[in-house]
Amino acid sequence: MTAVPQTPRPATPEDRFIRRFITPEGTDLRLTLGSGGDRAAAFVLDVLIIVISLILFTIIVGVIAASAGLKNAEPWGIVWLLGFFVARNGYFIVFEAGPRAATPGKRMLGLRVAARDGGRLTAESVFVRNAMREIEVFLPAVFLLAANTAGDPVEGWVVLLGLVWTGAFLLFPMFNRDRLRLGDVVAGTWVVKSPRRALVVDLAASQSGGGFAFTPEQTAAYGVKELQVLEDVLRTRDKRTMAAVAERIRGKIGWYRQADERDEAFLTAYYAALRRRLEHRLLFGHRRRDKFDKA
Amino acid sequence: MSEQGARELKSHCFRAEREGDWRKLERLLTKAEGGRPQRLSASELMEIPLLYRSAVSALSVARATSLDASLVAYLENLATRAYFFVYGARARLPERLARFFRHDWPAAVASLWRETLIATAILVFATGVGFALVWSNPDWYGSFLPDALAGGRDPTATTAFLKDTLYHPAKDQPLSVFATYLFTHNAGVSILAFALGFAFCVPTALLVADNGLTMGALMALFASRGLLVPLGGWLSIHGTTELFATVIAGAAGFRIGWAVMFPGPLTRLEAARTAGRTAGAAMAGVVIMLVAAGVLEGVGRQVIRLDWARYAIGGSMLALWLAYFYSPRRKLT
Repeated sequence: MTAVPQTPRPATPEDRFIRRFITPEGTDLRLTLGSGGDRAAAFVLDVLIIVISLILFTIIVGVIAASAGLKNAEPWGIVWLLGFFVARNGYFIVFEAGPRAATPGKRMLGLRVAARDGGRLTAESVFVRNAMREIEVFLPAVFLLAANTAGDPVEGWVVLLGLVWTGAFLLFPMFNRDRLRLGDVVAGTWVVKSPRRALVVDLAASQSGGGFAFTPEQTAAYGVKELQVLEDVLRTRDKRTMAAVAERIRGKIGWYRQADERDEAFLTAYYAALRRRLEHRLLFGHRRRDKFDKA
Repeated sequence: MSEQGARELKSHCFRAEREGDWRKLERLLTKAEGGRPQRLSASELMEIPLLYRSAVSALSVARATSLDASLVAYLENLATRAYFFVYGARARLPERLARFFRHDWPAAVASLWRETLIATAILVFATGVGFALVWSNPDWYGSFLPDALAGGRDPTATTAFLKDTLYHPAKDQPLSVFATYLFTHNAGVSILAFALGFAFCVPTALLVADNGLTMGALMALFASRGLLVPLGGWLSIHGTTELFATVIAGAAGFRIGWAVMFPGPLTRLEAARTAGRTAGAAMAGVVIMLVAAGVLEGVGRQVIRLDWARYAIGGSMLALWLAYFYSPRRKLT
């Protein structure tokens, strides 16, 4: 694979989780890494799914085995044991090796697993990253449980040291930039955001801009940053925000409000005009970052 | 100035022209990600890479010429999803399995030979220590085999009772359930031994040694009653497979721990990843070996009661594994 991930210094705090990721075609896909919170939430969801399905599974198998009678219960004992084993060890592996590369919990939070080098995600990688969960989650849990049963002080200290030691594994993702957990380190994977995003209407496409004619000076008041804030405002469509923003813009460009002028119509028209101007300038090589930019 | 001259925005024209393709790609991807890529027709499968490339180029164009932030975000997302599908495309499951059995698994185990030797040495040494300690002083026995595990097989037991445990299965447990239990338990321990390798190898070594000590203690107890040969049969019928699997799991753990401690010319992260790839294939194989061991232990051992037959099965299983892992074979690229 020729895709080479690089990690440039973050420009802004929001860019902290964005990683350059060049495809073989030479385009940067700008992957966003899953944040620690998202991943923890996904894990909790997955554990809930496992526990609930195991409870249901136990009830179902129990009922069937009971109705089959003690003599014929043997196969159901096997089914139950294997079910437990598969749920604990196989759940993550099966889902992450699938075409979506995500467990149901990850999918709900818009996350997926990907190979760090941009290559394909192999079954071995998925196996390894989930086998490492044993020391990341299972061992700390064992020590936590042992803390309750520790009899004498020495044993208590041993348990505490064990907890600290394994806790370091559990908290590992919080101490590296790429939010890698141990399994990710060993498997060469990372978890990226990949939410479904719908194609929304182009705000500049609506033909309601009639009746508004802005002078070049009026459209020269703002830059790209303000344009995108305006886009956000128009997509959110909160009446009070739109009124406030419209008022600010009218003041800045010296626009006299007509009697029947609606804020949304004014803003949409101004957005279209501003974008037209900025994109026109963009074609000539001038990207005006914000209103303070003199380009 | 052309405020009124350009009736349509160029970026809007661009979007209007390409939108159909993007939506088509989105539809195909949703179908492909739905879990059953085979539902896509051959022509649809051929189309995805083409649509992907056009989406990627559209993304570049949009970034350079369009100020519609939502459009750029949409294209980034679409191109990323398509990228994962196009470049993440894997062989179908049967082919992957065939490759795993024909090449990946034995190659991974063979490349772990150094670590495997070390783990074997630890196991043998610990067995010797366990044997020597219990032989010289039977009080040690309880330290290696907790009562729950010993199940009455302790130094106070009669020789007849000990002999009985070797040939008569526990009556209260159906064989196949027992075999399944043994498999899930052993697989859990092996995965733990492997994962612990990351903690600089030491816990893995301890876990392997623990296995050896238990076995050594058991051997000393039975040897003191002149039952060493029957015990050997009882252990070896499944033990050659199970212990080999344990040793490989330990070796895989060592490989990772070693790579983390001494990455050599690679970065630590790179070294861990390279080691992880090999160790992962070996570990997947360990689980398969433990299934075999579970069947041999739970069923084979209870049904076959002749010492020589037990030895023969154990020995041929070992020979089989050794031949499978280490016999020279053609390199697969």
